[in-house]
Amino acid sequence: MSFEESPAASGPQIVDDVPAGGRPILDMRDVAITFTTGSGSLHAVRKADLTIMPGETVAIVGESGSGKSTTALAAIGLLPGNGRVSAGQILLDGEDVAHAPERRMIELRGNTIGMVPQDPMSNLNPVWRIGYQVRETLRANGRPDGPADVARVLAEAGLPDAQRRARQYPHEFSGGMRQRALIAIALSCSPKLLIADEPTSALDVTVQRRILDHLETMTSELGTSVLLITHDLGLAAERADKVVVMYRGRVVESGPSLELLRNPLHPYTQRLVAKAPSLASRRIQVAKEAGLESGELLTPSAEAVEKAAEKAEATTAEAIEAEEVPAAAVPEAPSDDVLVIEDLTKVFRLRTGLGRGTDFTAVDGVSFRVQRGTTTALVGESGSGKSTVAQMVLQLLAPTSGRIVFDGIDTAGLDRRQLFAFRRRVQPIFQDPYGSLDPMYNIYRTIEEPLRTHRIGDRATRELKVRELLDQVALPQSAMQRYPNELSGGQRQRVAVARALALDPEVIICDEAVSALDVLVQAQVLNLLAELQERLGLTYLFITHDLAVVRQIADHVCVMEKGRLVETGTTDRVFDSPEKDYTRALLDAIPGGKLLLPPEVL
Amino acid sequence: MKPERTEGHYVAPLEETALEATDTLRVEEAPLSLWADAWRKLRRRPLFIVSSIMILALIFIALFPGVFTQVPPNNECLLANSEAGPREGHPFGFTFQGCDLFSRVIHGTQASLSVGILAVLCVLVIGVTFGALAGYYGGWLDAVLARLGDIFFALPLILGALVITQLPFFRENKSVWTVVVVIAMLAWPQMARITRGAVIEVRNADFVTAARSLGVSRFGALMRHVLPNALAPVIVLATLELGVFIVTEATLSFLGIGVPESVMSWGHDIAAAQVSIRTNPMILIYPSIALSLCVLSFIMLGDALRDALDPKSRER
Repeated sequence: MSFEESPAASGPQIVDDVPAGGRPILDMRDVAITFTTGSGSLHAVRKADLTIMPGETVAIVGESGSGKSTTALAAIGLLPGNGRVSAGQILLDGEDVAHAPERRMIELRGNTIGMVPQDPMSNLNPVWRIGYQVRETLRANGRPDGPADVARVLAEAGLPDAQRRARQYPHEFSGGMRQRALIAIALSCSPKLLIADEPTSALDVTVQRRILDHLETMTSELGTSVLLITHDLGLAAERADKVVVMYRGRVVESGPSLELLRNPLHPYTQRLVAKAPSLASRRIQVAKEAGLESGELLTPSAEAVEKAAEKAEATTAEAIEAEEVPAAAVPEAPSDDVLVIEDLTKVFRLRTGLGRGTDFTAVDGVSFRVQRGTTTALVGESGSGKSTVAQMVLQLLAPTSGRIVFDGIDTAGLDRRQLFAFRRRVQPIFQDPYGSLDPMYNIYRTIEEPLRTHRIGDRATRELKVRELLDQVALPQSAMQRYPNELSGGQRQRVAVARALALDPEVIICDEAVSALDVLVQAQVLNLLAELQERLGLTYLFITHDLAVVRQIADHVCVMEKGRLVETGTTDRVFDSPEKDYTRALLDAIPGGKLLLPPEVL
Repeated sequence: MKPERTEGHYVAPLEETALEATDTLRVEEAPLSLWADAWRKLRRRPLFIVSSIMILALIFIALFPGVFTQVPPNNECLLANSEAGPREGHPFGFTFQGCDLFSRVIHGTQASLSVGILAVLCVLVIGVTFGALAGYYGGWLDAVLARLGDIFFALPLILGALVITQLPFFRENKSVWTVVVVIAMLAWPQMARITRGAVIEVRNADFVTAARSLGVSRFGALMRHVLPNALAPVIVLATLELGVFIVTEATLSFLGIGVPESVMSWGHDIAAAQVSIRTNPMILIYPSIALSLCVLSFIMLGDALRDALDPKSRER
């Protein structure tokens, strides 16, 4: 153990180093956090500096593995057993807690420092009533814990009918309500500092916004400081006074939010500012208000303008090609709609007992068209039926009624062999890059599988094709012998793209294909998809909940709510003048909407 | 050397926080499949090393008992030697019937191992097939197979074996194979359950959907993607059950319903040693130790495998 840099290694100590404007509630100085693993020491965080003044909201922004959560956990003394603060000081309200005994930390938690965890689904104990879990916290901190107090705490967090709700179990709560309950628990003893670790990442966008708004109101009423941990720079800048950017365990830049956005100095921050979807979306909006075309903004370099011109050429060339196809091949597709969805309905039968059941309409009369060579985004929150539509388009699920017409052919009547041919032309990319690749297959076998399944080429030509595909998705050929667990999320997703491209499909269904990725990696994969579309004339059906991403890539938008299509139109139209309240709510929920940004930051 | 702390805009020194390309691939280490990874973990575990050396030794003994003893286990039994202590060429002494105990213990390995291995193979074939089909296809097939399994599951192993071995066919054809069949009949539901659970877990994985949507047939996806990924718990259970089956064989032989008298078995020896327990307890203890070591080595191997094949312990 090396504490050479920490003079306060033994017990609590009050440091009388009070800067102007009062003592900071949390002051981290040169903190290093080390994990002891089987293969030696791992320096998860180095030289982290962080100051939070009373009543201030500070956000730590960074990608996964950047050490942002670890830093926050160190402040509340909840590092995993193999982690320790190996250098520096963590002053919580003037007291060094980096090496404080566990007993002291237990006293501090709840009263002085509270925490809202990331995943509301797993952070409430399913066997205890909500009220009991609130009371537990109150009692542990020596506060009055009668039923009325519990109800008051829950009501303050914005849970309606708190008396009754307190008697319910976590499974009876929706995700948003659970997160409110967790916020209620964290704030029940009015701590001076609240750590919120990605408090809304697991929630739908509209819920996300309401929760964050409420959290803001509550903490400003109580005068609580907030340490917000997020991966979204737009959200951080909107909610926090100060932003701290972490990269590979280091604080690379910190400063007032707007200052940081407008004038990022570190190359990593510059990259983040340039690529964060919420910010990009906001930039487009600002630019439009200033009378600029959105196309120019997405790719603001001269090279990009050239690309755009090429794209235009390519599409015309394709259109000509398409016309040359004998008319018999496309009997009922006069326009170039590669995919026509008509009145698609899916009813699931939920079993409630022997032979009985209730019908649940997951998709209700959905109709839309997808033009060849374009990107159509299907947007909605969880439970809106968007993924069910994707499954039906992929012929993995039979529709209850309605038609899916692919390239002029009704897919309902496909026999085995035709379906096999259909699969060659329509390929999926899934959300979870950790789940969509078989862990037992190396990358070569994964990408080769579609070729082998469709008996294309011999061994040698297949290997050539795999190499070519790896080049297309910008992965080195040395990746062929790797296994999925050795790749990062973005790399896996690129492998999934390569696999989807192996059969030279015409349509690719991306089911939340970039939602699980870090911001920069997300931008990289989106760029790759856009580039491939240009080069290969692909059509994308993009299923997503993230409107910020939609604005960056989609030509058309279909908004779904509870199984119904509520609004369709071109992306510009839907974003500029949404017709339905629901669409408007979704648009408002994009973080960063309140930010005043110049149209081009870089 | 601390960077200056200000309330304003702070930027880390660039030379210390050089920016790496987004999402670079690390290629220093050799590629690792699940099995290679498990092997790398296993070969450093003392538990695995000890148990596999013991198992290899047991297999060698079972295959070549002649290397260890020239004395036949069954004939050349002289009542004059009854319960005699160890002497030159007879390190364990003699049984009540005057047979060489060391030779009997050595030759008994064969029956125990062959019953254990054959029974596990049968259980694997039946259990994995039924479990995989039930878990993957679900519906009525699952219901039928699950109930069928429950019927066998409800029978206690020894009681079931007692009943089945009394059937005329089994009574007349008593051999190593009848014991194997009895054990397999009664023990497959456990394997089927584990397989079913593992298959259900994998069945809905995205990579299975991905395979299906690129044209792999339903059964093809089961064979190529689902089963290989569901195999780890099955292998662990098979190793543990091997130990259990060896005990079962000994138990059945002890009760006189196991392998025929002509086949050497530790169960027989333990049963026969009951009469000598007061006069020469070593006659009981040697075969018991052999049985314990054999079972222990398989259970240890199972434990080591469980740790190594646990997907949760895999590093990304």
